Amino acid sequence: MEEKDITSLPDEQQEYFINMGPQHPSTHGVLRLLVSLKGEMVKNIEPHVGYIHSGIEKMCESITYPQIIHLTDRMDYISAHINNEAVCLNVEKALEVEIPDRIKVIRTIMSELTRIQSHQLWWACFGMDLGGLTCFFYGLRDREKILDIFEETCGGRMIVSYNCPGGLMYDIHPNFQKRVKDFIKYFRKILPEYDQLLTGNVIFHERSKGIGRLTKEDAISFGVTGPTGRASGFSCDVRKHEPYSAYDRVQFKEILLTEGDTFSRYVARIEEMWESMNIIEQLIDNIPEGPFAVKMKPIIKLPEGEYYQRVETARGELGVFVISDGNKNPYRVKFRSPNFSNLSVLNHIAKGFKIADLVAIGGSLDLIIPDIDR
Amino acid sequence: MDKSQLGEFIKSLANDLEIKEGKQYLEVTVLPSMLYQLARQLREKEESQFDFLFCLTGVDYGADLGVIYHLRSTVFDHVVVLKTRTSDRENPLLDSVADIWRTADFHEREVYDLLGIKFKNHPDLRRLFLDNSWGFPLRKDYVDEINIVTK
Repeated sequence: MEEKDITSLPDEQQEYFINMGPQHPSTHGVLRLLVSLKGEMVKNIEPHVGYIHSGIEKMCESITYPQIIHLTDRMDYISAHINNEAVCLNVEKALEVEIPDRIKVIRTIMSELTRIQSHQLWWACFGMDLGGLTCFFYGLRDREKILDIFEETCGGRMIVSYNCPGGLMYDIHPNFQKRVKDFIKYFRKILPEYDQLLTGNVIFHERSKGIGRLTKEDAISFGVTGPTGRASGFSCDVRKHEPYSAYDRVQFKEILLTEGDTFSRYVARIEEMWESMNIIEQLIDNIPEGPFAVKMKPIIKLPEGEYYQRVETARGELGVFVISDGNKNPYRVKFRSPNFSNLSVLNHIAKGFKIADLVAIGGSLDLIIPDIDR
Repeated sequence: MDKSQLGEFIKSLANDLEIKEGKQYLEVTVLPSMLYQLARQLREKEESQFDFLFCLTGVDYGADLGVIYHLRSTVFDHVVVLKTRTSDRENPLLDSVADIWRTADFHEREVYDLLGIKFKNHPDLRRLFLDNSWGFPLRKDYVDEINIVTK
């Protein structure tokens, strides 16, 4: 067969397609990117999602509110606890239930632990995507310690299902405070090692600085939230803007950067881990006494109306929108998931870069696919 | 602006609006024909600057199909909920807001996929999650004997 030199063809015929995914190590799940390339240059990206669409919103219409909580675990399974909290807060708001301080404080500590372990996993995978396999071992080693704390208190490691409407499923384990304090002490020493390994690395700088720049205007227009949005200077931290649980009684900084490139998205997450540790330290010694759950009616029915609750997951703003017609199951539930909006910006920021940069950009968005497909 | 001031302001932008101060957010019901124009004004007017569309929900109300837009201004931090509905279940058609808020591109594709509401002037209206052999699962009259178990 005669070999054809592609560079001798006219410009528009030099483009070709490759499928990145649905099984590809750097898409971190079942995501398929149809990438249009010219040479190594990315011309266009078309995300194809839905491989693990499970119809959670439809399922919610036929089950009760306490049951919905267990489905939200399966959406963004890395920050499962925060997803649970969103549904619980929405139900409690609708029923105007007063939540005791003990529950609020424990929920906040657990949320921040969830955020740290999520960023640890992200750091581990991001390092691996860019060729630093050591990161993966470091990250997972430290994440294991948080999962052990979860296991002791909740029984589950990732899919915790620790919240229920009106409080928590069970009280914290007697060892909880000590283990969390030990972990913080340990991780404060370890986190600078993360910096030594990756943050100051010249090769890493070359791969990430100036790559995939997202402006603040575009971040707002695309609805990009979380560390990704804040790296572009979009102040979108729900913990600051609309404090829930115990976030109104702790001091912490909202990490805002201006560059908006892959490197600043990286820095935003590293800084958030420090802030999360600060939050936990302020609360862990002051868990108030009291019940761990408020008594709720056995069958929870929300009054007729519409309820919207937003929380800050590790990846951005999660909104739970419930339309109730007064029955024990909701009329319509919509999850505004952060990853869905964050994925939509991928084509916009990765266009014009090399295909290897696409891996870096995709990694820095920290996509969790079940949260997109729902 | 607080809720009532915002309500007054929105009232001055278009006719035939139904404005309700909900428990949480200000809710504005608008006719489908007026939707695009009102959305654009809310985005562009100095006083409102709703630049962040943080949720777009399609709803099947039984007789009608509707879309709910949650808008926030990142400048003033105020929120409004726009609602519109159409009674045409066979061929529901609404104006796309994807050129005002780019996040609407994906969200409208999702609504089209799951509820079958079409959006005029959408840049790329295709199904998102499912292929064409499916109906529109989030509609209340959707029947699937294999996958949905009813008691």
